[in-house]
Amino acid sequence: MLNYFKEIFVGIKSLLIGMKVTAFYGTKRTITAHYPFEKIPVTLNFRGHIDLVVTKKGYHKCITCGMCERACPSGCITLDSVKPEGAKKKKLTGYTLDFTKCSLCGNCVETCPTNAIKYSNDYYLVGTSRHDFHFDLLDRAMKAAEEMGIEWTEPVEKPKEPKEPQAEGGESPSPAGA
Amino acid sequence: MQIESPNILLIVVAAVVMVLYVFTNSAVLVWVERKVSAHIQRRPGPFEVGPFGLLQTAIDGLKLMAKQLIIPGKADKRLFMLAPVLSFVPPIAALLTVPFGKVVQVQNLDIGILFILSLAALNVLAILIAGWASANKYSLFGAVRSVAQNIAYEIPLLLSLLTAVLWMGTLNLGELVDAQGGFWFVFTPFGFVAFLIYFVTGMAETNRAPFDLPEAESELTAGFHTEYSGMGFGLFFLGEYTNMILVSAIATSLFLGGYNLPFVTLNGEGVLWELIRVLIFLAKAYFLIFVMIWMRWTFPRVRFDQLLNLCWKVLIPFSLVNLAAAAIWIKAVGG
Repeated sequence: MLNYFKEIFVGIKSLLIGMKVTAFYGTKRTITAHYPFEKIPVTLNFRGHIDLVVTKKGYHKCITCGMCERACPSGCITLDSVKPEGAKKKKLTGYTLDFTKCSLCGNCVETCPTNAIKYSNDYYLVGTSRHDFHFDLLDRAMKAAEEMGIEWTEPVEKPKEPKEPQAEGGESPSPAGA
Repeated sequence: MQIESPNILLIVVAAVVMVLYVFTNSAVLVWVERKVSAHIQRRPGPFEVGPFGLLQTAIDGLKLMAKQLIIPGKADKRLFMLAPVLSFVPPIAALLTVPFGKVVQVQNLDIGILFILSLAALNVLAILIAGWASANKYSLFGAVRSVAQNIAYEIPLLLSLLTAVLWMGTLNLGELVDAQGGFWFVFTPFGFVAFLIYFVTGMAETNRAPFDLPEAESELTAGFHTEYSGMGFGLFFLGEYTNMILVSAIATSLFLGGYNLPFVTLNGEGVLWELIRVLIFLAKAYFLIFVMIWMRWTFPRVRFDQLLNLCWKVLIPFSLVNLAAAAIWIKAVGG
């Protein structure tokens, strides 16, 4: 009999505690982001699709070796390059990522000899067509440079001199590890 | 006994006003409910449509009216159409006898509380018909639960109201309020216990969480109104919110002194005094509704055996003892 009253008392008490908890949280400020208008900053560790690294001088580091293209298990990277007449090195003219096939394995980033590609923080990916996910990374890098306030400057290749090994000096970081 | 001919015109006008009030009340209450639930879960709730999202429910109502009313092939069509109406109309009719103020009361019946209770009991019938006519297992389960739970909570509900009626010695709602005056019935120990019991069972009466077993979304999809679309569902919805206002109006007029402030009886004449009385009544009723909403978003749904245990083992004995104690007190001391 005593247990019966004790149960009722404990029950009412626990109900009141529950009401207190909800009242406490009900009066605090809201913590949700109004999604289409507000976005939550994403962690720096987020490994999204790849992007070309923009150097301080305002250029990419790609030497168009094609390692990433070969390393990609899904074949979603396409490199286009030309070798201008008389130039010593190939020039990157297009870096296309077909993100519809990408499985975000990161093999391209691992294999890149010049660390020219990195993971982007971009998770806000919405499109109405699959063509929206064929990214032109060169174009993105140029835009990124513009956003960072760096002018996109193509390094001028020094004219061919007799001393050939010195020719590379003026360019973006040398592919020493290659 | 002299039988007065009821003023038909007055009743018709009052009924139209009451329907308008019920629609507005439901729209506002849905908004309040969504806001309260949102803030308890630390969300902002509706805020896009109109100032503070106030027009959200109006738009929702429009959407409901524009929707097609689908009747399942195997359903009993006549009963299927009858059920939402049966759930919507009785609470409105019952509201006609509620004393919002000394004058603002459409019909002051001598059996006011009895009238309200008999109409409120129709709600279960509406749910049973809805569940039966839908030809759907979930609906039928909801209906069966509703009936089974009805027996459990109606007894303590009636016993707790009976305590108030016994104390004041009348069934007339206006007289019930006047008999309390400033000294609300809830201030007496009998009144306090009866009020608590009434409030708990009243929540079961409105089929709201934590007693929303007949519609239990997680178990029965939507219970008795699974098959209802468009305004069929809308009427059940309106009925539920009207029931909420009805339950809290009864609690206000029987336990919380109606339109009187604590320890102050408001007997002033004139429009202004009447307005103050109505506002006080509505403030109390809406506070009770707010507590109901607050409880809904705090407590999980009870299991069926828990509900039966609560009603049969706790509420019924308590309300019985309370009633007997009140009767002895009245006999011995003279209420």
